[in-house]
Amino acid sequence: MSERASIVDVQQVEKRFEGAGATTVALQGINLTIGSREFVSLIGPSGCGKSTLLRLVADLTAPSAGQITINGKTAPRARMDRDYGMVFQAPVLFDWRTIDENVQLPLEVMGVPRAARRKRSVEMLSLVELSEFSRHHPWQLSGGMQQRAAIARALAFEPKLLLMDEPFGALDEMTRERMNDELLRIWERTGTTVVFVTHSIPEAVFLSSSVVVMSARPGRITHTIEIDLPRPRTDATRETEQYFSLITQVREALRAGQGPIAPEAAL
Amino acid sequence: MTTAVPGLIRPSSIRPRVIGVGGAVRSVGAFLLVLVVLAAVWELAKAIGGVPWRDFLGSPIDPPWNPPLRIKQLNDQNLPHVWDVATAFFQPATRNSPHSLGAILIDAAVFTGRSAFAGFVIGGIFGTALAVIFVHSRLLERALVPYVIASQTVPIVALAPMVVLWIGRDWTSVALVSAYLTFFPVTIAGIRGLASPDPRALDLMRTYAADPWRVLWKVRFPAAMPYFFTAFKIAATASVVGAIVGEEPTGIRGGLGRAILQFNEQYITGPEKLWATVLASAALGIVFFGAVRVVELVVFRNRQAVIEA
Repeated sequence: MSERASIVDVQQVEKRFEGAGATTVALQGINLTIGSREFVSLIGPSGCGKSTLLRLVADLTAPSAGQITINGKTAPRARMDRDYGMVFQAPVLFDWRTIDENVQLPLEVMGVPRAARRKRSVEMLSLVELSEFSRHHPWQLSGGMQQRAAIARALAFEPKLLLMDEPFGALDEMTRERMNDELLRIWERTGTTVVFVTHSIPEAVFLSSSVVVMSARPGRITHTIEIDLPRPRTDATRETEQYFSLITQVREALRAGQGPIAPEAAL
Repeated sequence: MTTAVPGLIRPSSIRPRVIGVGGAVRSVGAFLLVLVVLAAVWELAKAIGGVPWRDFLGSPIDPPWNPPLRIKQLNDQNLPHVWDVATAFFQPATRNSPHSLGAILIDAAVFTGRSAFAGFVIGGIFGTALAVIFVHSRLLERALVPYVIASQTVPIVALAPMVVLWIGRDWTSVALVSAYLTFFPVTIAGIRGLASPDPRALDLMRTYAADPWRVLWKVRFPAAMPYFFTAFKIAATASVVGAIVGEEPTGIRGGLGRAILQFNEQYITGPEKLWATVLASAALGIVFFGAVRVVELVVFRNRQAVIEA
């Protein structure tokens, strides 16, 4: 996917869930290489295992077969070394901590001294434009602001890799577009590699350097679409021919991967 | 700003209600009002059906008021007048005693309160430790929780004399009996509370490579605080009951348990003394509960309900 050094390398990964009597194959034959400073979106219908793939990379669950390498290390090693930051669909902020204290949490766990923690939190909150709200508690912030705080927290320890699991899925369309602009700005300024799970085609196209299209039952990668929209991408980008044609391309790839509509999917 | 936001670690419904000074004044006012109403109902019942004191003792004198009905449960023996109970606090505890009953009961409440507080602390620490162990080990939880539950079905009056034989006839035995009643709600609520964080919060700590100790301090304990404080309030009153019950079969002097035994024996001649002791015990329980509530308010001062702009 890239001639640069790979940050994430997934080889022949399979994930099975052993249920009562039945085994579900969530992911099969997954190969994925993500280079440094890339922005890769994983998109697919529900049940295609895109979140599971992200959790495998994060070592929140272990693969049934295959190999995952991050920065040249195994996934558990990379997790122990705090090589990545993660943002979930929900902000998962702790309501007994202020926004500032929430951003400092990973640094506290890592034993960073107080002064350095404070300094870093100030920088991060300024990056996500929440400086005025550092003393607020999470419940005093809107959903979009909370998610920005979660991004600041994930970036607080300067990970090379940012894993995002449908981070804007709970936001309304307007807020989501604004958050997309913000995220690109942050990505360009921090030089992080991003793996971004979404079920929104326009979001995937707008953000990514490449979109990985997945299909369900069993979850597998069917297409990888390079997004060569010029950067910086702005509101104007959303009105270009190229943008629309890439959206169409991703949509068709999704349809092609889906096959005939299964009864439950038709509901 | 929106207020209903998904992903907060704790639903607002179990965030403790926080009251200000005005609220506290209203609470105390309501409490006193109910006290007055109860006293009024009590005296009304006596006015309708209470048998005057001298009447049933067999030497009738001219009572100031002759109730129309004669109900045994409401006679002056079983239900002394409110003012008799109230004035009992200011009269000598026994005929030749230099101390008023009130002074003796305050001493007794302090004595029992000390054991109860020690029991509360021991039980609270032990109960919390058990909850921490159980949350980290399903096997131990399954193996031991039935015993924890069984421990509470054993009558404490049967255990207390044994504890005295093991430990000795002093207040530490009483504290231990009190702790025995105290740890249980803390353990049960603690298991629930320590397991209450959002699974994603635990995932998040995993991505920070946080060890279980950090997870416990940074996530599990803060998330469990509302559960723990509910348990502490139950435990606070249970610790007082435990201390009183612990004093009774052990014959330890100086506490409310002993006072209850003593005034029980003197009930025929002075029922108001036992009633006064019961009130003193209840007051001690309320003081304990109130103390936990105050600590709760301090701990949760930063977790107030949504502040609207």
